[in-house]
Amino acid sequence: MSLFDHKLADLHDLLHKKEITIADLVRESYKRIEEVDGKVQAFLTLDEERALARAEELQNKMGTDEGLLYGMPIGVKDNIVTKELRTTAASKILGNFDPIYNATVADKLHAADAITIGKLNMDEFAMGSSTENSHFAKTRNPWNLDTVPGGSSGGSAAAVAAGEVPFSLGSDTGGSIRQPASFCGVVGLKPTYGRVSRFGLIAFASSLDQIGPITTNVEDNAYLLEAIAGLDPNDSTSANVDVPKYRSALTGDIKGLKVAVPKEYLGEGVSEEVRQSVREALKVLEGLGATIDEVSLPHSKYGVATYYLLSSSEASANLARFDGIRYGYRAENAENLIDLYKKTRAEGFGDEVKRRIMLGTYALSSGYYDAYYKKAQKVRTLIKQDFEKVFEDYDVIVGPTTPTPAFKIGEQIDDPLTMYANDILTIPVNLAGVPGISVPAGLSEGGLPLGLQIIGKHFDESTVYRVAHAYEQAANHNMKPEL
Amino acid sequence: MTKITKEEVKHVAHLARLNIDEQEAEKFADQLGSIITFAEQLNELDTENVEPTTHVLDMKNILREDKPVDGLPREQVLKNAPDHQDGQVKVPTILE
Repeated sequence: MSLFDHKLADLHDLLHKKEITIADLVRESYKRIEEVDGKVQAFLTLDEERALARAEELQNKMGTDEGLLYGMPIGVKDNIVTKELRTTAASKILGNFDPIYNATVADKLHAADAITIGKLNMDEFAMGSSTENSHFAKTRNPWNLDTVPGGSSGGSAAAVAAGEVPFSLGSDTGGSIRQPASFCGVVGLKPTYGRVSRFGLIAFASSLDQIGPITTNVEDNAYLLEAIAGLDPNDSTSANVDVPKYRSALTGDIKGLKVAVPKEYLGEGVSEEVRQSVREALKVLEGLGATIDEVSLPHSKYGVATYYLLSSSEASANLARFDGIRYGYRAENAENLIDLYKKTRAEGFGDEVKRRIMLGTYALSSGYYDAYYKKAQKVRTLIKQDFEKVFEDYDVIVGPTTPTPAFKIGEQIDDPLTMYANDILTIPVNLAGVPGISVPAGLSEGGLPLGLQIIGKHFDESTVYRVAHAYEQAANHNMKPEL
Repeated sequence: MTKITKEEVKHVAHLARLNIDEQEAEKFADQLGSIITFAEQLNELDTENVEPTTHVLDMKNILREDKPVDGLPREQVLKNAPDHQDGQVKVPTILE
């Protein structure tokens, strides 16, 4: 049995009873990485020396009333900047980038005395649904090494599923926490937009990106969100809304709670086994006293098109800063400044990033702005209104996280539109800015994890966690891959 | 399918400051054409009287107090620069 089979609160107790030390936790992490990361390839950067030094420092000053994260090992997605710890966003263009400051979430983890084990692989600049777009490595799904872990937080989800770290941080722009959490059989939350500071998150699409926790269970997830959430003076898009004690919502009681199931989430394109797992989950929720009704999110089918126009447009602006001048990769033998930009970016970015930059540049260019960008902004309004309408009468929306279980490596990589369809059930949540979680909902016939998605009102992560926890306890899936 | 020509792709690539060769231009023309065709399904919707959403929360622009603060230390900032000299980032000649 691994130490990481324990929940965070239990590990905390073991530490304080002196049955384990912080160094034991850190070593457990590196030992497991040594054992399995050659196969899984979740980590891009490790810093064992610094982590062990920090473990010793924390052990020496440990008292009796530390918070739950004290001394706990954590993995961080490689688009979250960490001081002096290489941060590449899985791109060649940032291949040698050592940040000189911490993202706010990294500072908060440090202030809570968590120990960063290393940086986790991802799709380049968080663009992708499979972690095949990383410049450095293709992460594999611990449940079946021939399949993808999902993306773009594939490294973050795979590392937790493989028991390399007990929890990690990912980022979610169109489903990039929930989709890999679903594929890897772990718990992943995309908070309400504005709940968690984006300061120090290498921006992909600024109006959609959110950092969130990936864990093996709902309780740990709730605790981790509590630690990283809140207003940040460095991020004017972070919201001045109180952060509740999420763990107090985990009562197991959802009696009388009103659950909406969008018919579009169980329709065409969603595999029968995914539908079946959701039906079974709904029975569990009903058995716990929730009422279930079918509803409609009529504009959800336009989500993917809306998302690609908006996110690519924002990306084309955000990625303009990577020009080979102040940091990162610089191409050689440039004839002049424009040539330097063009060569650097052509050599530094991968195909998916180039495709999206060009799509965004096209959608924002003169003559097309109204037809594509502004049109998508208007459809975004309709999608947001769909959610607001349902939430007038219901507490949560429930459905699958992904239309299918994890697909094979290489299967969709040359077909962007098919790849984009993986996020069809998660994207509308980002467009509306509401919170959503994926919790394990059993295994497919092929032995791959399936996820249940629970979506809540703006800033109502407490209810999302309450339902997720009640389901988790009642369904008792206890899923863990053999590696 | 909306036809995007190689020339349009090259123009967009220039605007985005990306060098691309003939083969890439052809590949991206096909792929961008099919993505744009897919995106045109939004035209099924009448959005005449719909306000665009640029941000999901009610936001006000926030101005920082106008007082001097220390910037990042120059040596540290330059540590990540591909090339530097005399405390400044070095770039290729712009003017002859």
